[in-house]
Amino acid sequence: MLVSSFSFTRLRAQFIKEVLSVLRDPRSRMVVFVPPILQLLVFAFAATLEVRNVDIAVYNQDAGRWSHELIQRLNSAHFITRVRHVDSQRHLHELIDRGEVIAALAIPVDFSRTIAAGDSGLAQVLVDGRRSNSGQITVAYLSTIAADVGAEVTPDTQAPVPVVVRHWFNPNLIYRWFIVPGLTGILALFSALLITSLSIARERELGTFDQLLVSPTSTPEIIISKSLPALAIGTLLGLFMVGTGVFLFGIPFTGSFGLLFASLVLFILSVVGIGLMISAVSMTQQQAILGAFAIGVPAVLMSGFATPVENMPVVLQWLAQAIPLTHFLIIVEGSFLKTMPPGDILASLWPLAVIALATLTMATVFVRGRLQ
Amino acid sequence: MQASLAITAVPTGAGENTAVIIEGVDKHFGNVQALQSLSARIHYGRLTGLVGPDGAGKTTLMRILTGLLVPNTGRVTLAGFDVVKDNDAIHVASGYMPQRFGLYEDLSVMENMRLYAQLRGMDADRNADLFAELLDFTRLGPFTKRLAGKLSGGMKQKLGLACALMARPKVLLLDEPGVGVDPVSRQDLWRMVQVLTDEGMAVVWSTAYLDEAERCESVLLLNQGKLLFDGPPQDLTAQLEGRSFRLEDIGTQRRSILTEALDLDSVSDGVIQGAGVRVVLRVGASTEQIQALADQAQVRLAPVPARFEDAFIDLLGGGPGGSSTLAERLPPIELGSDIAVSCHSLTKRFGDFTATDNVSFEVRKGEIFGLLGPNGAGKSTTFKMLCGLLKPTAGEAHVVGHDLRRATGVAKSRLGYMAQKFSLYGLLSVRQNLEFSAGVYQLEGNTRRERIAGMIETFDLGKWLSATPDSLPLGHKQRLALACALMHRPPVLFLDEPTSGVDPITRREFWIHINGLARKGVTIMVTTHFMDEAEYCDRIAILSRAQLIALDTPDALKRSAISPERADPTMEDAFIHLVESADREMKATT
Repeated sequence: MLVSSFSFTRLRAQFIKEVLSVLRDPRSRMVVFVPPILQLLVFAFAATLEVRNVDIAVYNQDAGRWSHELIQRLNSAHFITRVRHVDSQRHLHELIDRGEVIAALAIPVDFSRTIAAGDSGLAQVLVDGRRSNSGQITVAYLSTIAADVGAEVTPDTQAPVPVVVRHWFNPNLIYRWFIVPGLTGILALFSALLITSLSIARERELGTFDQLLVSPTSTPEIIISKSLPALAIGTLLGLFMVGTGVFLFGIPFTGSFGLLFASLVLFILSVVGIGLMISAVSMTQQQAILGAFAIGVPAVLMSGFATPVENMPVVLQWLAQAIPLTHFLIIVEGSFLKTMPPGDILASLWPLAVIALATLTMATVFVRGRLQ
Repeated sequence: MQASLAITAVPTGAGENTAVIIEGVDKHFGNVQALQSLSARIHYGRLTGLVGPDGAGKTTLMRILTGLLVPNTGRVTLAGFDVVKDNDAIHVASGYMPQRFGLYEDLSVMENMRLYAQLRGMDADRNADLFAELLDFTRLGPFTKRLAGKLSGGMKQKLGLACALMARPKVLLLDEPGVGVDPVSRQDLWRMVQVLTDEGMAVVWSTAYLDEAERCESVLLLNQGKLLFDGPPQDLTAQLEGRSFRLEDIGTQRRSILTEALDLDSVSDGVIQGAGVRVVLRVGASTEQIQALADQAQVRLAPVPARFEDAFIDLLGGGPGGSSTLAERLPPIELGSDIAVSCHSLTKRFGDFTATDNVSFEVRKGEIFGLLGPNGAGKSTTFKMLCGLLKPTAGEAHVVGHDLRRATGVAKSRLGYMAQKFSLYGLLSVRQNLEFSAGVYQLEGNTRRERIAGMIETFDLGKWLSATPDSLPLGHKQRLALACALMHRPPVLFLDEPTSGVDPITRREFWIHINGLARKGVTIMVTTHFMDEAEYCDRIAILSRAQLIALDTPDALKRSAISPERADPTMEDAFIHLVESADREMKATT
């Protein structure tokens, strides 16, 4: 019998087995398809840095026109659910302490009088520092409202506006435009990582991995047959999410689809390599899932999705270069809003190719290493 | 050596020595009837065997006795307490050792015992005497600091036993204590149980090994949730008196003789025993046909005492027929050389631990070769090196002339492998499993279709094709595993504990196929803990402490254990004798 180190028949048999293992298992189907789609919807609709639906407390000691004007504007501001009137400074503090309001406004007795006298009326703003990010945004909103009131005080004088900020690529600063392209990469990463890290561990639990190792199958065949289904599923999920971004959320896709597709394939391949390494060293599926999260979560945090890579210590910046997601994020975010030129995409594409080659080679070594 | 353990006196109120009363117990899980109108009594001072194949309902009954499960109907009292109403009292009155190691592998022997004592509300520091006594009794004294996970199968069972005895129970329930335990350690467990029953405790020992039943004073024989027999095992075997015979010293022809014998109308069951064939005749059948077969083969037909297993098979209506449809389809194996498997100075080290030490042997074409040894003796390691699952540290292994290290692919395409738990793809259907094993051994086109169709027909898998392997009855699951392992018609077949946990009828059917394959020239390598399975082998290699200590035919090994007190040793006697004398020699030299 002719036995070569590579056989298409053997490869096909294993490929069919892998695809069926994922598709026939209700649990695998759940793990692979449901969370990414759910997360996409949850993140896209719920995760936002905008401040909405907050309560503001007001301690108004002034009975004049301008404080009344200011409170009217607060009442009609779209980001405030309720304006809570209090009658002592102490009560104001309590509301902030209990976290019931995010900010409080204390208007002094002479507020309207000072304005009428032609001076600037001063009001105190207290902000809950425990919610620093939302607090700062709230202060910014409140300043805008105060400026509007100020404009009414002196309607005839054209107050010079010092700076006009225009945001390029995302002129209205729609938060979803920023988060959805990034999510494409993260969710495809976790799907591919979970499928592959479970694949060998599952066979080891069943005892079928030994059965596979005593057959004439070679290690590259095992790696290829386990990579392909994960690659197919990961790429499809990635494309589905890109499609959702374009057609459901209406995010402008301005880059090259061909290059994005090539990057997606290389990105998933490098993740598959990592997943197979985790699987090769795991004795059980439980260990494999823990391993996937132990690698996946820090990879996301360091990829530049949440905080810019440039702000990290130099050593971690180097490490971030080894994370496939770092490079894929640059490409996917560039393709969506920036019309990133092909030259710039290629600059992030070749590191992906190098990482994919490295992880898949290491996975082969790890699997072969199981044969002590 | 005589060990002893003081157990609190058992109440013998009103001349009553009944420990457990089971009355009309029914238990079902969904549609599965686990126990059916079961009534029985278990007595103090007696070892009661709870015997039956896997899935007979043994564990369900055990769990009902310990109050872990509630019966659907019926009533059970243990030491005078109702298991449902007086659940708390049951935990005090009974000691339970579950089938799977129920202790913490990351704690040492002593830490496990202390934890167990504390869970029982005992002050671990005040019970030093009890601990010393238990450690002495189980001979675990030297290993108190060892992690429980690092103990051998037999030692784990002893630690489990020590913990179960902690609260000085009146009824001790042992769920399959003999599984995964080598004959030497099992001997030790029997000895301990003997001491306990002598002191008045009621001990229930559940087992799927029918030879263990014969050692019990009383037996509850279960099959598919029904009680088939209740009483001393001798009462059951007595019913078969005069129906068991052995065709002696047949030699190489014994496999064909067994086939012919099983195909006779008058024979209900038969197995190979070393160089002989043991048969059981049907009720009222005459010896005429079997005598004719003996005359034709020119061998002696001798009556032998009936065994418990004979009686069990007989209760179920006899064993399967003698011909293997699988072997009939197989063309005879042609090999260039007469040696199918060989290894030379095979050694495997893990760090500074040597698992296999300089093992060499040769296996001839068409031979059934058994690899036996106590737990941790290096049996599995050696086996794995022979089929290419582990790389040897030194030495070499050949399969049909190909070196497993250099010509890995070629060597692997010439061997078939069936793992202990029938490693099948549980998520794939039966047909998809067959298609996969055909594909992975590079079968294509017509050959592939014909082979798969042939296997489906041979093993009668037709109506199961779209089912998953896990939903198959155990016997069919085993057939499927065998079909997958033989799809590429390998000249060498490796079987790793192929029938552990399988009922005797399915086991017989399996061995009929294996015998058929061997007659066609397939070489069989097998590891097993079942001594009656070892009897099917042409030759047996026994490994102990990483070394090959004996290699011979089953009959020669048995003869080596003959002593003045033991004129006709069993395979188990021989095994224990060889392992213990090798241990003594080793101690003498070091």
